[in-house]
Amino acid sequence: MKISSPMEVWKYLPGTNCKECGEKTCLAFASLLLERKKKLEDCPPLFDPLAKSKYGEKGRKLAELLAPEVREVEIGVGERAVKIGGEDVLHRHERTFFNRTALAYDVWDTMPEAELRARVRRISEWQKFYVGEFLRLDAVAVRSVSDDAERFAECVRQVSEETDLPLVLCSFDARVVEAGLKLAGVAERRPLIYAATERNWREFLGLAKQFEVPVTLFSENLDTLNRLALTFSLAGVKDLVLDPGTQPVGAGLEESFSKFVRLRRAGIEGEEKGKEVAFPLMAVPMTTWVGLAREARENEGNSETLEASYWEAILADLFILKYADIMILHSTEPHSLIPVRTLVANIYTDPRRPVSVNPGLKAVGNPSESSPLFVTTNFALTYYTVESDISSNKIDSFLVVADTDGLGVEAAVAGGQLNAEVMKETLESFAVAEKVKHKTVVLPGLAARISGETEDATGWKVVVGPRDSGQIPGWLEKNWPPE
Amino acid sequence: MAKKITSADLEERLEKHEVVELDGVEIKGDLEFELSAAGGVAVPPSVLQQALQSVLGVQSLAQVAQAALQSVLGGGVQAGTGETETARKIEAQELATARFEVAKAKWVGKVEEVTLGATSSDGGTREKVVKIGGEKSLPFYNFDHKMPHAPVISVDCFDIPIPLAKAVRGHYEDVMQDPGEWAKKNVREFGADMVTIHLISTDPLINDTPAREAAKTVEEVLQAVKVPIVIGGSGNPEKDPAVLEAAAEAAEGERCLIASANLNMDYKRIANAAKEHGHTILSWTQLDINAQKTLNRYLFKLGVPREDIVIDPTTAALGYGLDYAFTNIERMRISALKGDTDLAFPISCGITNAWGAREAWMKNSPIAEDSDWGPAAYRGPLYEIMTGLTLGVAGGDLFMMMHPKAAAAVKRVTQMLFGAAAKEGAEAGAEEEGRKIKVEDWVSWGGR
Repeated sequence: MKISSPMEVWKYLPGTNCKECGEKTCLAFASLLLERKKKLEDCPPLFDPLAKSKYGEKGRKLAELLAPEVREVEIGVGERAVKIGGEDVLHRHERTFFNRTALAYDVWDTMPEAELRARVRRISEWQKFYVGEFLRLDAVAVRSVSDDAERFAECVRQVSEETDLPLVLCSFDARVVEAGLKLAGVAERRPLIYAATERNWREFLGLAKQFEVPVTLFSENLDTLNRLALTFSLAGVKDLVLDPGTQPVGAGLEESFSKFVRLRRAGIEGEEKGKEVAFPLMAVPMTTWVGLAREARENEGNSETLEASYWEAILADLFILKYADIMILHSTEPHSLIPVRTLVANIYTDPRRPVSVNPGLKAVGNPSESSPLFVTTNFALTYYTVESDISSNKIDSFLVVADTDGLGVEAAVAGGQLNAEVMKETLESFAVAEKVKHKTVVLPGLAARISGETEDATGWKVVVGPRDSGQIPGWLEKNWPPE
Repeated sequence: MAKKITSADLEERLEKHEVVELDGVEIKGDLEFELSAAGGVAVPPSVLQQALQSVLGVQSLAQVAQAALQSVLGGGVQAGTGETETARKIEAQELATARFEVAKAKWVGKVEEVTLGATSSDGGTREKVVKIGGEKSLPFYNFDHKMPHAPVISVDCFDIPIPLAKAVRGHYEDVMQDPGEWAKKNVREFGADMVTIHLISTDPLINDTPAREAAKTVEEVLQAVKVPIVIGGSGNPEKDPAVLEAAAEAAEGERCLIASANLNMDYKRIANAAKEHGHTILSWTQLDINAQKTLNRYLFKLGVPREDIVIDPTTAALGYGLDYAFTNIERMRISALKGDTDLAFPISCGITNAWGAREAWMKNSPIAEDSDWGPAAYRGPLYEIMTGLTLGVAGGDLFMMMHPKAAAAVKRVTQMLFGAAAKEGAEAGAEEEGRKIKVEDWVSWGGR
């Protein structure tokens, strides 16, 4: 986006503080517009047809100024629709990345129906708790292996019956993709189609227009990719995703990596010329699997399959960082899903969010004076992890949060931000002694080394808890109440 | 009602608009636009532009041609008009002419190059040295500036047996009693570029091993392996200065990396010991860019040469603060490239910290609603790999790691990104690494 301060945005707003947007002032609304927490449409006067002469021009100009550097493309509809692209910066600390990399997992049209449906359900229902929310997967990519339009359509039908997730319809044969799009309700779900190339682009351009769906353009040659993107844009098809190819190993991988970086750099910093490629990018870590020996594919869990799933995760890692907005993966093994989806959550977290929570004494559940008293630090991640481990296991207790300058337990012990003195101060300033009668405090296992000195400094009995708060339930059974 | 414009009409109009700069333009064929509906002039000028370009084969005419067309069409064409029924009838026949262009990054700074280890010609006994740093661009951005050295992996060993995640422990059980054997295994079996010996038993809360005894362990390790080594203390700020002093003396001339100097301890003693005995020093801070600048400046003041400093801005595990570590390192590296000489040093990352993530070792999820976590043995190495690779892409030059599979995978991928495949085409295995596949085949891939 071309502007960065609320005052600049404010100049384009009515300036009447009418509160129709729900904010008290136009300036407050302006800063929320910048944060993308409000939309221009939330300001009715800006678009009020009667007031058009007054604000219409300003509104248009503002929309232009606020548009992200990389086009934002929406795939799917409803609750599980995903927005991809829409980025403004090359490095997350410069502001934040806005739309996390969407993870699409593949199914194919030669799968037996029962297997297909089970896999789609697994992809749709997968979830992992992380810092206060459940991480989920984003899309299902349907691949045409048979190259048979009818068979592909049948597969798409079964998949769409099974899930609300956005779909990616994959074939280089426009007739095959068209068969999928023609099914009742499929085009309305706004699937992403894959892919237009130097050879088939006319047909795919036709499909994108006819069915009004976003379309992927594929070419390993960046000049060709640029030409495809320009051609589609000029033809009015602007919901584009660019796939410059994902070579899985060696010099090819080095080259693919460079393409993603250069494409995104052109899109964000490249002025007018760069805007020709300022679209979301697609990586395909599942190219790892192409060319693997058939025996390896057919023996799930054998070492070559494990290696491939690792390598796929490595490619995913690389392109989550640089700069895939959507990627297609194959391994749905938990050991792949958990770290890959977690990395997406990490990189796409707003780096401006506070690192720490307020120190203090928190009651979890309905604790009594004989409930356990746990210690943790005010690093937000540590706090939320411990809090959710205790509360999801329904353990009534007190949690005292020490001020460690926002460091986790291990780092705070190593750096001296969590020591006997800090513990003494913490217990005293939050008047913890008034809440429990046992005068026993449970230190995190990773703070074991300060247990002796803490006992001396505070006069409290110190018990060393488990190294990970996930082990608290089992630990409590053996260690609480203290002798 | 349709209105037709031929290329001849266009030419005429272009002339009317005094477009005379048509040098070198070749009209390749007849151009015909079909426009429906009087008044409803809804043809996106972009489409016409496009058609014009493909026929005229020139790019720069776009604006001029659009102006001309507007006049042809009675001025009704507005920039930014969206797609309509009419537009669909007009399909471009050829791809637009364009070339992909992007500028190279212009950095002014350069990361210091640090040599670890010393061979006999430099007063040491290492077989070869390891060089890190020297970058003039972001990691693996060879298109901006060729990366001078690939990241290096140092595999950890400890001076006493320590509790390890099950998936890691299995690889070391046979050598845990003997730091020399442990170090050997790291090099021989796991291909370590370097070995880190952690003198954790010196911690008064563990064994309180005297500094002199710890120094002997360092000698053992130096004799056991020929690679450069990192010497780590226990992390106890009171004890470490004495331990690292003794270790530095024992390793005189070997140009080890002494780990580490830190703001909450007597870093002067450590820095001076490193200086006196010919070692490099690890400057460690905790996720704080300003603290890192401060500590580095203190080291400059003590007269530690720039080429003897490596920094450790702290590693947090995937899912447990990796985002902070990533951004902290990335910011430091970008600052260095922008010319901040306080931060222009190679970066070391304690990737073994990845095992602190519960997902790396815990059998099942403590959260009932989670989908199945699968076998822990498969998760752990990937946590270490992804923590390592992520920080490598942020700017890490030296990775301290533990799981052999993880160390090998990080080595392999960073070598590829570094460009080793292109450079050493003749080496064993390079054929496979250099091979490109038909990437689009994933669409119809018949495997499972």
